Amino acid sequence: MIVIQKCLACDRWQHPGRPICLTCGDAENLGDAPVTGNGNVDSFTVVHRAAAPYIVARIRLVEGPIVLGHLADNPEPRCDQPVRFVHRDPLPVWIPGHHHPPSTRSR
Amino acid sequence: MSVAIAGAAECDLGKTGKTVLELQTQAVTRALADAGLTLADVDGIATNGISRFSATQIADYLGIQPFWCDSTFEGGAVFEMYVARAAQAIAAGQCSTVVISYASNQRSARSRNLTGVYTEGTPEASWEEPFRPLYPISYYAMVAQRYLHVHGLRRADLAGVAVAARARAQRNPAAWTYGKGPLTVDDVLAAELISSPLGALDCCLVTDGGGAIVMTSLDRARDLPREPVTVLGYGEKLTHTSMTSAADLLRTGAIDTGQRAFARAGLRPSEIDVVQLYDSFTISVPLGLEALGFAAPGEGLGVTVPHNTTGGGLAYCHPGQFGVLLLVEAVRQLRGECGERQVPGAATALVHGTGGILSSHATLILGVDRR
Repeated sequence: MIVIQKCLACDRWQHPGRPICLTCGDAENLGDAPVTGNGNVDSFTVVHRAAAPYIVARIRLVEGPIVLGHLADNPEPRCDQPVRFVHRDPLPVWIPGHHHPPSTRSR
Repeated sequence: MSVAIAGAAECDLGKTGKTVLELQTQAVTRALADAGLTLADVDGIATNGISRFSATQIADYLGIQPFWCDSTFEGGAVFEMYVARAAQAIAAGQCSTVVISYASNQRSARSRNLTGVYTEGTPEASWEEPFRPLYPISYYAMVAQRYLHVHGLRRADLAGVAVAARARAQRNPAAWTYGKGPLTVDDVLAAELISSPLGALDCCLVTDGGGAIVMTSLDRARDLPREPVTVLGYGEKLTHTSMTSAADLLRTGAIDTGQRAFARAGLRPSEIDVVQLYDSFTISVPLGLEALGFAAPGEGLGVTVPHNTTGGGLAYCHPGQFGVLLLVEAVRQLRGECGERQVPGAATALVHGTGGILSSHATLILGVDRR
């Protein structure tokens, strides 16, 4: 499961979490809430400065916030590509395609 | 009160084997000599990158006790910010003669770090560092990837920026790549990939270098040896530190800083004769020129306004923060001192500095007070 900070006062998501809602200023009704784990690749870069190149991407969650992450199992990454969040060791990754149906659980 | 730039100079560039303070001393004293002034005239200092107390450090090193200083540190855009602050301080009477300086020995000292430095307790240390983006390259790479995707362009299109920069540097004897001959698009594409789509030749140089400018009132500058370069307008903006803050990678703070600077100067992009733009990476050039109003989105690669006449950070010199050398070249172009690379009759210049990962922006518009 992936959770993102949500303001229950104004129903907005924000990432990274902060002690204040940047939309409404509320500081009392912030908490982490599950998201679908579905997003789209806003942009990506293959980093070649390592023994094994890896793909860093900006993922635009369908809920709105943008997070940084790794793409995996993805021979042809592209901007606007649908991806979904899955747990891997040691870091979670985003693999091609959305969860169907959208689920707050991932495996 | 109008304020002017009365002197400008580079320190030694390239691979110097000198310390930062030795290079700073060169920059400051050469700019003062250019202005017909001495250290005894200086009562304001703006600099960074020397030590924890950078302005105090250089002041002590040069035997100055200034009445005004600025060591704002927001990356490579700060030198354009210093010009705005110095103009305000001089106009307000807090000081009369300001030196803005910078120098780095990063090539000699082998001090450049590709992975960046994260500060414990910041969101970036928790949410970005674990994924090991290169800093700042991977951010610019994602901007470039998005730019190519949105506008239907290819890496080869972007490579043309590096080819053009190398060609311009062949008209600048001070450039790191002067005399190294032309680049081809194939050369750029064949270079080692660092963070795709950016390869080694899409990235600015790593060199020693720096420079300084001297500012004073326009009235006083008119009695000094050089044609005064006047400060017509400026604008600055901070937008983000996180790689995930920008809703649209292609809309940068330069849009606002350009509009503010043009409004203050009462000018339009078509009235600018020469542009000095921080070309940290190839993508920075089309994106910056578009944001500043010199081209429509997606058309920045075809811009015709003369720009980055030195060869820029890609082909001339990149000492970590390039903003001060953008100022030096703009001043020289406006005075008509640039020899083979001179833009004929240049009377207005736009200088745009950028810091971090397109985090901080500052635009200046300069003119010249012809005798």
